[in-house]
Amino acid sequence: MSDDGNNTPQPGNGSRRNPLPEDAMPKGGVNAPVPVAAEATPAVDPRLIIRQEGVKGYLGEFRRRVSSGELGSLPVVLALIVIWAVFGSLNSTFLSAQNLSNLSQQIVGTGMIAIGVVFVLLLGEIDLSVGSVSGLCAAIFAVMNVTHGVNEWVALLSAVAGGAVVGLIQGLFFAKIGVPAFVVTLAGFLFWNGLMLQILGASGTVNLSGHDIVSRLYTTIYGQAIAAYALAAVGVLLFLGAALLDAGRRRNAGVPYRPASDIALRTIVLAVLAFLAAYTLNQYKGLPLALLIFLIFIVVLDFVLRRTGYGRQIFALGGNIEGARRAGINISWIRISVFMICSTMAAVGGLFLAAQIQSASQTSGGGNLLMNAIAAAVIGGTSLFGGRGNTWSALLGALVIGSIQSGMNIQGLSNAIQFMITGAVLLAAVVIDSLSRRTQRAAGRA
Amino acid sequence: MTGSPVLALRGVSKRFGAVQALTDIELEVNAGEVVALVGDNGAGKSTLVKAVAGVNQPDEGVIEWEGRPVAIHRPQDAQHLGVATVYQDLALCDNLDVVGNLFLGRELMRFGVLDEVRMEKRSRTLLDTLSIRIPSVRIPIASLSGGQRQVVAIARSLIGSPKIVILDEPTAALGVEQTAQVLDLVERLRDQGLGVILISHNMADVMAVADRIAVLRLGRNNGFFDRRSTSQEEIISAITGATDNAVTRRQARGTEGDL
Repeated sequence: MSDDGNNTPQPGNGSRRNPLPEDAMPKGGVNAPVPVAAEATPAVDPRLIIRQEGVKGYLGEFRRRVSSGELGSLPVVLALIVIWAVFGSLNSTFLSAQNLSNLSQQIVGTGMIAIGVVFVLLLGEIDLSVGSVSGLCAAIFAVMNVTHGVNEWVALLSAVAGGAVVGLIQGLFFAKIGVPAFVVTLAGFLFWNGLMLQILGASGTVNLSGHDIVSRLYTTIYGQAIAAYALAAVGVLLFLGAALLDAGRRRNAGVPYRPASDIALRTIVLAVLAFLAAYTLNQYKGLPLALLIFLIFIVVLDFVLRRTGYGRQIFALGGNIEGARRAGINISWIRISVFMICSTMAAVGGLFLAAQIQSASQTSGGGNLLMNAIAAAVIGGTSLFGGRGNTWSALLGALVIGSIQSGMNIQGLSNAIQFMITGAVLLAAVVIDSLSRRTQRAAGRA
Repeated sequence: MTGSPVLALRGVSKRFGAVQALTDIELEVNAGEVVALVGDNGAGKSTLVKAVAGVNQPDEGVIEWEGRPVAIHRPQDAQHLGVATVYQDLALCDNLDVVGNLFLGRELMRFGVLDEVRMEKRSRTLLDTLSIRIPSVRIPIASLSGGQRQVVAIARSLIGSPKIVILDEPTAALGVEQTAQVLDLVERLRDQGLGVILISHNMADVMAVADRIAVLRLGRNNGFFDRRSTSQEEIISAITGATDNAVTRRQARGTEGDL
């Protein structure tokens, strides 16, 4: 209580004292119901550092967060700026609307898989099978649709459901039998790859027709300029509306709320980014459907993680398993379902990757796809140690990795150098994660 | 205190293999009463608490809740009855904020979505009623001191409106000021009409807040004491069995011999 000069938390005269008047839960004094407004900041501990109003306070808060290791997405945003500046200066085609539009499509496959990896990482676990699962589900779709002529929607749903079943099986082994996730998914990595080869059969490659549902989802581009701008406007308005609604409810309930200047600042930053992206896309062909689907997945799953009881339970499990168990959370169910989400997202990513190369082949889901997907999640700012992260890190991480690959291709650099640089970026991301965790512990934030 | 006690244990026994952990334990807890459960390591305090909290089931004996015999098979059964247990390792999630921890597993929902506003408001009200002072309800648990975590853990147990709160060594890891805060909190729980079972090795704490003291020794009741009419020495003798050892027996024989 900073305003009444009584800074001692409680009359600490402890033991055999007579009941003091305030023991009867008085309505005054320390317990007075205070008219709460964000500016007044009453009833808070005097030691709490209170953010000042406006942009200045915002910067101060930002500086404090960074110095105490709460980096969030800051390193990846900086990395992205550096990467784009370097490749842009080396070759102007890199920052051309065409290349950036293509980039926004190419990152979708890896990014979708990375969203699933984010969920598993939030539990503090790992899924090494996502690459193989993505290849398997692409093969399921291709073989059903092309070879056996099954309805394209049935084939699509079967492929996605196949991913869910894979996750169910791996999750059961992990959650019910207690095999470490690393081992279960390492076994899965081999097994599902083998199953994919089996399904593809002797030919080894099944080409997509080019106008099936999966290809259309990937290649469709909304050419009208209005599409991209409308999406940007809807996104900004949704954000603004949600922020205002939340602030209004909080003000009515008498709990601290975000000041209007803060909301305005955030909305403006978001609007600038969204409309810049829309403008760039419109400079080339327009808004790719794949990017739209990717963004919808990110927003919906971000909502699930942050605003639903299920998401809260995932974070709790990543923070303290014993605490979660005592709170009555069904640990097994959360673990199994998270592995199902991860494998399902791997299936979705695999379908987009198949559409990208117009075929499902023996090399589907192989190569460095697994590493790229995990690297994208980690580079984007999701912690390997569980309990911290969000789905947007999949977008940011996939953008970093995609940008490096695209830039290197434009420069005509070999795979050898690409691998080394991607590896170095991944290592840097994990180093930043470890260091920020250490700083956070030192600053009492983890 | 009129009527039957909120919680009563009648002749509770528990065996683990060849070990008789509890033998014919009797314990009563009334509303608005702090019962301290003391005893040396291995006296059976934890086993007794686990029986009430639904972690273990007693082999024999009856647990009565407000006069009716009840079966507590799982921790959830105990929670439904109104028994809240704060274990020594607080089991808080470091990465969640205070509100998130208080309502973990009991989140308030609105249209199927977390109702953060209502949870935050109720958290503030609850912490205010308990005169708990923490910097903010929106900072992660990792930022709190040991004492603050302890009071948050106790506050969490109160979210479900329990009638009995079991505190396992709540002051074991705390400093002077923080201990005083937790003891104040225990008194406030009593004043609000809750029954409190306080497990502690610290006699000063026990004498400070307990109304009655139940001593366990080697899995048996070794006396109930009213705090006002008991000295610390008597309780310590009951805990260590100093009234029943070779020295006292010999002294007793000696006095008889003199007579």
